[in-house]
Amino acid sequence: MTDEPLLRVSALSKFYGSRVGCDNVSFDLWPGEVLAVVGESGSGKTTLLNCLSTRLLPSSGTASYRMRDGQFRELYRMSEAERRFLMRTDWGFVHQNPADGLRMTVSAGANVGERLMAVGDRHYGKIRATAVDWLSRVEIEQDRIDDEPRAFSGGMRQRLQIARNLVTGPRLVFMDEPTGGLDVSVQARLLDLLRGLVTDLGLAAVVVTHDLAVARLLSQRMMVMKDGRVVESGLTDRVLDDPRAPYTQLLVSSILQV
Amino acid sequence: MTDIATYNFAYLDEQTKRMIRRAILKGIAIPGYQVPFASREMPMPYGWGTGGVQVTASIIGPDDVLKVIDQGADDTTNAVSIRAFFKKVANVAVTTDTASATIIQTRHRIPEHPPTAGQVLVYQVPIPEPLRFLEPRETETRKMHALEEYGLMHVKLYEDIAKHGRIATTYAYPVKVEGRYVMDPSPTPKFDNPKMHRSPALQLFGAGREKRIYAVPPFTDVVSLDFEDHPFEVQTFDQPCALCAAENVYLDEVILDDHGGHMFVCSDTDHCEKRREEGHRGHLAPETHFASEAHSASEELEPAQ
Ligand SMILES: Nc1ncnc2c1ncn2[C@@H]1O[C@H](COP(=O)(O)OP(=O)(O)OP(=O)(O)O)[C@@H](O)[C@H]1O
Ligand SMILES: [Mg+2]
Ligand SMILES: [Zn+2]
Repeated sequence: MTDEPLLRVSALSKFYGSRVGCDNVSFDLWPGEVLAVVGESGSGKTTLLNCLSTRLLPSSGTASYRMRDGQFRELYRMSEAERRFLMRTDWGFVHQNPADGLRMTVSAGANVGERLMAVGDRHYGKIRATAVDWLSRVEIEQDRIDDEPRAFSGGMRQRLQIARNLVTGPRLVFMDEPTGGLDVSVQARLLDLLRGLVTDLGLAAVVVTHDLAVARLLSQRMMVMKDGRVVESGLTDRVLDDPRAPYTQLLVSSILQV
Repeated sequence: MTDIATYNFAYLDEQTKRMIRRAILKGIAIPGYQVPFASREMPMPYGWGTGGVQVTASIIGPDDVLKVIDQGADDTTNAVSIRAFFKKVANVAVTTDTASATIIQTRHRIPEHPPTAGQVLVYQVPIPEPLRFLEPRETETRKMHALEEYGLMHVKLYEDIAKHGRIATTYAYPVKVEGRYVMDPSPTPKFDNPKMHRSPALQLFGAGREKRIYAVPPFTDVVSLDFEDHPFEVQTFDQPCALCAAENVYLDEVILDDHGGHMFVCSDTDHCEKRREEGHRGHLAPETHFASEAHSASEELEPAQ
């Protein structure tokens, strides 16, 4: 066990010209913890996630990540090479639209194997065996390994994207509406799968969603955003059962009535 | 005859040649790195080796002896016209003899006679970017080269093995140069890849349409990518050349008639003729003297020196 967070975020802001993307966001994320970021459309969830994952540089503020050697590193001061290395080894990023996170013109096996090859694996047989293993963990039939994701359903694509991200054993995964484009029954299955994987692997995750049910199922802690700012944060059950900020109360009641 | 004085030596103006030489020098300094250059219009269409022609034009001098091959042959339209072009605009000696050439411009082959110290091989390159197959964005491929992120190249080889049970790529087979840049060796057969490794000759690559030049200086490591359990292998042929009986050379299939008759002969025509001159005979070699119809040496050739 460790008594230090994995990610420390302090006063993070991103402005698009004069428009607020996210404003003065601070939090710590602990190893193995899942944080849900919820809020209405345009509240700044994706902006925050993209800043955290260094896909976007913030206008101000800092974020430090505890590397595998135990040292904290300032994300926005790392070289691009270091950041990209982190992104394909110790981190994962699951896009809402699987086509954004997959290579649609290469096989499922190669999609899973790419990160392994990127970090230097040069044994075809081992790469393939690992791909087979990961496909089964995300409930994709082994005999689909040589099919392109173009031939997969939306749910399968999303599961493939998850496998592709987890194959290097990352410690932190960012997810932007991972169940967004899927119909309800497929969503439920994916959520179960995600919850199982996150628990089994002890993953830390930041999950953006506007679906409070997703937050309830996946996260221990949540942050509610409005107009780029965090209006409430706390343990997920507490926030959902006993919301304090008027906006959260509105959000919870309106969703629950639907 | 055209008056030579109406052309600048080797067609390109001196400014342009200097610009291209700078690109070449930069390429030599960073082996395998694709150097952008301001490719000029040449009096031939893209796809006819305009990149190679510009490189050759920038390095050729009056004392050079030029050989031009296309798929190993000295006598294709492409090879003949490029050779004629330089005879006209630079008045240089031309040859088909690999050993006596100082500059060998090539499309798709490295001669069987290994290039030697002091020779320059100029490759005509259609697509210089080996990563393009899986990553069409130029901004991204440049970044991948800069950061040495080459996992994608192995994704391509992985796909080959998954589909065909082995690495099925047979030409434009990717290589790593001096342990750093991944490079497309141009559409040469992978058979020729080992000849690039630590070659004593200077190797220059010109892509005209894509405006890129790259280089492999003499004695540079050129290693073909592979997997531990699927190591790189060159093509092998299960029969010798039908005309000169050469083994361990690259063979082309030649159709003989409408009834499926065919034979395999050296793709390197100079090599094949030399061997036949030395008295080697394949099982389909004509009875007559070797210099017959098979590879009638081209019209405008002159002795090298
Ligand atoms: N590239 C951009 N340029 C300008 N403004 C942007 C850009 N991206 C986002 N914004 C603005 O920043 C604010 C936050 O947008 P963001 O995409 O982060 O919201 P979100 O919470 O992810 O919304 P959604 O639920 O619709 O995905 C919005 O006002 C949006 O219009
Ligand atoms: Mg969003
Ligand atoms: Zn022969």
